[in-house]
Amino acid sequence: MESEKTREERKVSEAPESRQSAREMAGGTPSVAGEPSALGMRIENLSAFYGSFKAITDVSMDIQANKVTAIIGPSGCGKSTFIRCLNRMHEVIPGARAEGHVALDDQDIYAKNVDPVNVRRRIGMVFQKPNPFSKSIYENVAWGARINGYKGDMDELVERSLRDAALWDEVKDKLKKSGLDLSGGQQQRLCIARTLAVEPEVILMDEPASALDPVSTQKIEDTMADLKQSYTVVIVTHNMQQAARISDYTGFFYIENMGDPGRLWEFDETEKMFSNPDRKETEDYVTGRFG
Amino acid sequence: MTQSTTGISQRDRAEADFKPSTSRRHALDWAFAVLVFIATMTGLVVLAVLLVDIAVDGVPRLSWGFINSFPSSFPENAGVYPALLGSLFLLLLIALLSVPVGVGAAIYLEEYAPDNWLTRIIEINISNLAGVPSIIYGLLGLALFVNYLGPITGGKSVLSGALTLTLLILPIIIIATREALRAIPDTVREGGFALGATRWEVVRSHLLPMALPGALTGTILALSRAIGEAAPLIVVGAATYITFAPDSPFSEYSALPIQIFSWISQPQEGFQIDAAAGIVVLMAVLILANSFAIWLRNRYQRRT
Repeated sequence: MESEKTREERKVSEAPESRQSAREMAGGTPSVAGEPSALGMRIENLSAFYGSFKAITDVSMDIQANKVTAIIGPSGCGKSTFIRCLNRMHEVIPGARAEGHVALDDQDIYAKNVDPVNVRRRIGMVFQKPNPFSKSIYENVAWGARINGYKGDMDELVERSLRDAALWDEVKDKLKKSGLDLSGGQQQRLCIARTLAVEPEVILMDEPASALDPVSTQKIEDTMADLKQSYTVVIVTHNMQQAARISDYTGFFYIENMGDPGRLWEFDETEKMFSNPDRKETEDYVTGRFG
Repeated sequence: MTQSTTGISQRDRAEADFKPSTSRRHALDWAFAVLVFIATMTGLVVLAVLLVDIAVDGVPRLSWGFINSFPSSFPENAGVYPALLGSLFLLLLIALLSVPVGVGAAIYLEEYAPDNWLTRIIEINISNLAGVPSIIYGLLGLALFVNYLGPITGGKSVLSGALTLTLLILPIIIIATREALRAIPDTVREGGFALGATRWEVVRSHLLPMALPGALTGTILALSRAIGEAAPLIVVGAATYITFAPDSPFSEYSALPIQIFSWISQPQEGFQIDAAAGIVVLMAVLILANSFAIWLRNRYQRRT
């Protein structure tokens, strides 16, 4: 491939760190200063289609467990499509399909006998625009757990989920009030709480703070820092400062020409991606030369 | 004042380019407003005049006796009892039959059906069926429910009438419920699926409650139409003169529109008054049924 050659040429003149990222590009497990890493999800050769239109092509990456992975890139390059393939939400759209392998704990979630309903409980998603149900705050959190057959104490689960989403103190006296009566930032934290209530392993976030004010955004970012203790987090964001602030790893998606499918252009530890990326397009994007 | 390069001010240029007087334009605006007001009033005034005329003739005739009596050869003794019971019985059966089938069909078409040629054919035909004249449904009901399925339905029975009218109003309910479901943004569905819910769980817990006000409105309209239908009921054998009240879904019956029609056809003046009173009773039933359904809809609208 032509882009491989360019990368090879540049690799020769650069420091040894870049060889590590080349290994990551090939799909190997990156290591951080010799520590063994647990693999949260492994994506291999993922392509996604809307009917006959190919939106993303041949994406491969490893998502480290208990870390925050940010997905950045210009508009229209397939970031949302990609993240929706990780919990099989992409195929909910009529005519949409995905090809390739996405493994959670070494099980391919696209295998023939896998129930997508079960996948979506284990891999939760928070959307760009807060979408709480038109039910009480308590019901919003409890509903997902209830339909999945939660056997424990529901009151305790609701409180625990709201605490983990940093919302409990603000709503503990008004659990019967409608979820729609909350402010935008509170609604989004409610959506995080209901996702936590079904006890997922991975939490996907599609630009969760882009519709919120700076104060709410800060609260959500603080929550994410806490969440990675127990969960693996993947976040799509347009906000590069946000990606640099909160993520451990970053993947940059890019489209060369209009109408091309998006592809994963570079994937590395966040610090490297933002200070010394391998590829010119990545550097142009993170420095704001185009957006 | 802004100066252009040629030295003429912006204000002078505009004055030269545009017509200054707006009085003609305002006159046309006012004339149009008057015309559309007249259009609205025409419909309402005609309706009001009809209603007042009926009320003036019919209300004095109303009495408990009128409601409790059977038809008779003497207009003073005639009453709407069996027809009223028949209409109420029909209303109940139609509601029980049409709402589950109509709402169920709408849920299937909107949430489950794949977007292929078969689904599209079904959708087009449902819209067509809504426009088919009611007498055609009467003929269908006669052939299918009265004759072919006679042993099951009891022939010319309340059940056959209810089934026929159910078919008539089903498209209205389906279309109204579909519109109500379509109005729910996809973000609600996505939120449900993302928690690991099946489609039925999302429909049952979130979509149905949110679609209920719109579906109820459509059902109100549909049932109101069904109550007022005479032609298809005559075809499927509702009686125009009946001496007993229907006691089971399989018994013979009459209905208010048919009784009214029968009285109007009589030469005696007394029966015209009876018909007017019958119309008042029919309107009362309609208003009561509508009010109940509107109350039900408002109750669900406040919850969401």
